[in-house]
Amino acid sequence: MEAFLAIAIGILSGSGIWLLLRPRTFQVIVGLALLSYAVNLFIFGTGRLRSGQAPIIAADSPVVVAGVADPVPQALVLTAIVIGFATTALLLVVLLAARGVTGTDHVDGREPQ
Amino acid sequence: MEPGIALTLIILLPFVGSLCAAFLPSNARNAEAWLAGLVALGCAALTLAQYDQVADGVVLRVAVPWLPQAGLDFSLRMDGFAWLFALLVSFMGGLVVIYARYYLSPQDPVPRFFAFLLAFMGSMLGIVLSGNLIQLVVFWELTSFSSFMLIAYWYHRLDARQGARMALTVTASGGFCLLAGVIMLGTIAGSYDLERVLVAGATVRAHPWYPATLVLILLGALSKSAQFPFQFWLPHAMAAPTPVSAYLHSATMVKAGVFLLARLWPVLAGTDLWFWLVCGAGLASLLLGAVAALFERDMKGVLAYSTISHLGLITLLLGMNSPLALVAAIFHMMNHATFKATLFMAAGIVDHEAGTRDLRRLNGLASTMPITATVATVAAAAMAGVPLLNGFLSKEMFFAEAIFAGEGPLLRIGLPAVATLAGIFSVAYSLRLVHQVFFGPLAPDLPRTPREPARWMLAPGVLLVLACLLVGILPARTIGPGLALAVRSILGADTPPYSLVIWHGLTLPVVMSITALAGGVGLYLLRYFYGQRATGRSPVRAPLDGRRVFDILIVVLHRVAERMVRFASSRRQQSQLFLIVCAALVVGALPLLTGGLTPGPVPLAPIDPVYLLLWLAGCSCAVGAAMQAKFHRLAALIMLGGAGLFTGLTFAWFSAPDLALTQISVEVVTLVLLLLGLRWLPRRVELDDPDRSAPGARLRRARDLVVAVVIGSGLAALSFAVLTRTPLDRLARFYVEHALPDGGGRNVVNVILVDFRGFDTFGEITVVAIVALTVYALLRRFRPAPESIGIPRAQREGSPKGGLHGFDPQAQLPAGDLMIPAVLVRLLLPMAGLVAIYLLLRGHNAPGGGFVGGLVMATALVTQYMVGGAMWVEWRMRVHPQYWVALGLVAAGGAGMLAWVAGAPFLANTGTDVTVPLLGEVHLASVLLFDVGVYLVVVGATALMLVALAHQSFRSPRAT
Repeated sequence: MEAFLAIAIGILSGSGIWLLLRPRTFQVIVGLALLSYAVNLFIFGTGRLRSGQAPIIAADSPVVVAGVADPVPQALVLTAIVIGFATTALLLVVLLAARGVTGTDHVDGREPQ
Repeated sequence: MEPGIALTLIILLPFVGSLCAAFLPSNARNAEAWLAGLVALGCAALTLAQYDQVADGVVLRVAVPWLPQAGLDFSLRMDGFAWLFALLVSFMGGLVVIYARYYLSPQDPVPRFFAFLLAFMGSMLGIVLSGNLIQLVVFWELTSFSSFMLIAYWYHRLDARQGARMALTVTASGGFCLLAGVIMLGTIAGSYDLERVLVAGATVRAHPWYPATLVLILLGALSKSAQFPFQFWLPHAMAAPTPVSAYLHSATMVKAGVFLLARLWPVLAGTDLWFWLVCGAGLASLLLGAVAALFERDMKGVLAYSTISHLGLITLLLGMNSPLALVAAIFHMMNHATFKATLFMAAGIVDHEAGTRDLRRLNGLASTMPITATVATVAAAAMAGVPLLNGFLSKEMFFAEAIFAGEGPLLRIGLPAVATLAGIFSVAYSLRLVHQVFFGPLAPDLPRTPREPARWMLAPGVLLVLACLLVGILPARTIGPGLALAVRSILGADTPPYSLVIWHGLTLPVVMSITALAGGVGLYLLRYFYGQRATGRSPVRAPLDGRRVFDILIVVLHRVAERMVRFASSRRQQSQLFLIVCAALVVGALPLLTGGLTPGPVPLAPIDPVYLLLWLAGCSCAVGAAMQAKFHRLAALIMLGGAGLFTGLTFAWFSAPDLALTQISVEVVTLVLLLLGLRWLPRRVELDDPDRSAPGARLRRARDLVVAVVIGSGLAALSFAVLTRTPLDRLARFYVEHALPDGGGRNVVNVILVDFRGFDTFGEITVVAIVALTVYALLRRFRPAPESIGIPRAQREGSPKGGLHGFDPQAQLPAGDLMIPAVLVRLLLPMAGLVAIYLLLRGHNAPGGGFVGGLVMATALVTQYMVGGAMWVEWRMRVHPQYWVALGLVAAGGAGMLAWVAGAPFLANTGTDVTVPLLGEVHLASVLLFDVGVYLVVVGATALMLVALAHQSFRSPRAT
């Protein structure tokens, strides 16, 4: 499973980077979204992979630290997801406004000669 | 009063007064003047009250820890020298306030003036009373800043703006050098504490860093005191209102440089380097200023150049390495402040009453304004060094020192000769100033009819002139004790014997004085009869015009900066992004060169075929999105959603239910957001694209593909290495063990978010709120591209009864094709609201929480808009997302402050568990309120962004 997740991170980030380097604004936005999936999965992965061991402490049994997944990367990623949405929205609006001002959706603000 | 409290008050009063002054109404001239005057008077009284203790030789101190790790305290220290200067600053401040009350016209916005004047007073007192060198530099820069604001007070005038900018550039750059010098000095002496630096003189002078330290400190001091070669800023600073010139640019701020030189005299003086550098700068300023003053045609210009000259005299004295010269320097600092401030005030009165300061136009004002004429004449006489006035005494001491300072024939004869020459010039320009303005026939064509000003405008000048006379006639009874205090506090046991009397007998200095007086009168007569009355430009100024050099330097600096930017960067974002990505690749790869990427010993999880299918779909989606994002945006968007879904399910698969919930709900709102944005992008058809097959474009794509593949495979390898190595679980252990006992919640992720790391979360929701408002603000001014303005083709050709503007407000359901979804969506809203609140409330103990709840609620709201159209929805309910955001921030902040009630630090958890019917056990605590705040902010911010974007569709009907 680890290998598959690692490959998925690689594919997501590779696709994201490819799009990040493209000339059109929409491509860059989609690229950033893909890249953020990859980064979030990577950070989440630093807690290692476990199934069926959510970091929720059972009400009546004693706390077993080894029995639950690492909650720290999860907390980090949770806020990153929400902030990621906010910045995507900001980027989209900035790029739309730039398109209105410059008349092009090229990231350089003008069409290539 | 406790001396520590008094010292603190002396610094605090002006700054507090400055704040108060800033908030008074703009025409409250009297209230402002009373406030500022009382503050100045208070500071003066507090200073005077310390006299007894200071006179006993006690050094008053107060210190508050500031950065104890760096050995820095906020410390105030008052010895005799500081006492004398503090008295000068606060007393002069009071007089200038009275003068300014009558000088400023009713149209001038007074709060700004008095606020900055008081801030300046506080900063200047800060310099004088600082017991710590770094702190001294901080106050030093504050004076530069307030001087900038005051010179630019009439900012509608070009000369004011230019003068202010020049003054700030020069003095602040000097301040920067000073900071460097002071840090070196502190390092050599082992402490920034003034007390310890002052006793480390021998160590400092013997240290190999001494020359560099000295040069840096001199750069700061000389630029502040407008000394050669930095003298050029002072005449341009005369664009300031005259009270400012009188206070900052003659009596106090420009004295800060020489004050510092005198303050550090025991540490830095006594070497040949000091002698040559300080004396050289002083001598050059003394002569250049005096000559330029003789040719200047603006009254304030004459005074500015004479200030440069007199400060040059003080600098020269300080450079002579002789204790007696130091006495003369301190004496002259005080004398110069009194007569020069008076002259500035007189110049301001003339400007105020006659409407001009041009020496070529002014004449014979003595007949209409006799008191002003008398005051100015006496002050000018003091400046010229006429006997029975204070200027005479210090000038005599200067002449005496000039005779004995030098060694070798060149200095023994040259220095007294130059001193006499400067005296001659000084007499000549003083005479010229008074004679041309006040004597002769009354000028016929003045802009205004001159008359005596208001009594109170004259009062400060009269008072200062009386001081000049008193000190001049009875020096030992008036300034004597204060001067003795100041000198003793610097020199200590080395204080030389000196006597403050008018007549020492017929000595060489007296002969020099007489020569200067006679020569000055002669020079003026010569110039009066043979030269033009005033040319405005001195013959020596042209080649040494510092202003030209300054302007050229600034222009060159800009050009160089532009070149560098053009060389080092690109306006093209595509290439910038490429560089950033490559840099990230290099930085990421560097540590792997040494550490390697070998997998660790963690046993691999067994492969699940269901997850494999998911994985295949997710990866295909990612690649598909990358391929289609240019020409098939909708398809790319759908595949992006697929990749997001895969990410969310991966979280769910590997024990992160909170992440899965958040990811999936964020995915929904992100897709809606991007869908809304699609409308405003240009049409793009694959076959139309001209540069698709150009060789350059092909090359670039190949290059980017290589970079993307390298980074992707690198990250995959890195991830695999991380996933298989043994984890460090110290952090995890802490949070899991403490979540229930300390945080009171069983969902550890949620406890971390709202409790352990609550402050971070608070910051994050604030960012989300700011972003939402920014999006809203940007869209208010949104100008879509022309071809996007029309109604989209799909809407035009689609259902004729639909559309956004043909809606019927009374209809039960919105018109359009989606009738059944419209019914379902209306029913969905309360259900979704319930689910959202359920997720929010259970969040502390089970998967859920404010983020997820907020996103669910926002999705439900946005769905209404999507199906019903913005107009139909808003006809029925106003969501006001801004209020949600505001309320959320207040709730989260309030929850944090609740902890204060319980005596705990900000955001600490307080509360109890309560069992609520149907919901089960609910943790009713401040963290719940905090989570409610998170929920409200997320709902509000998401809705605000999406609704603002959706509202853009109204632009098209309006625009056509």
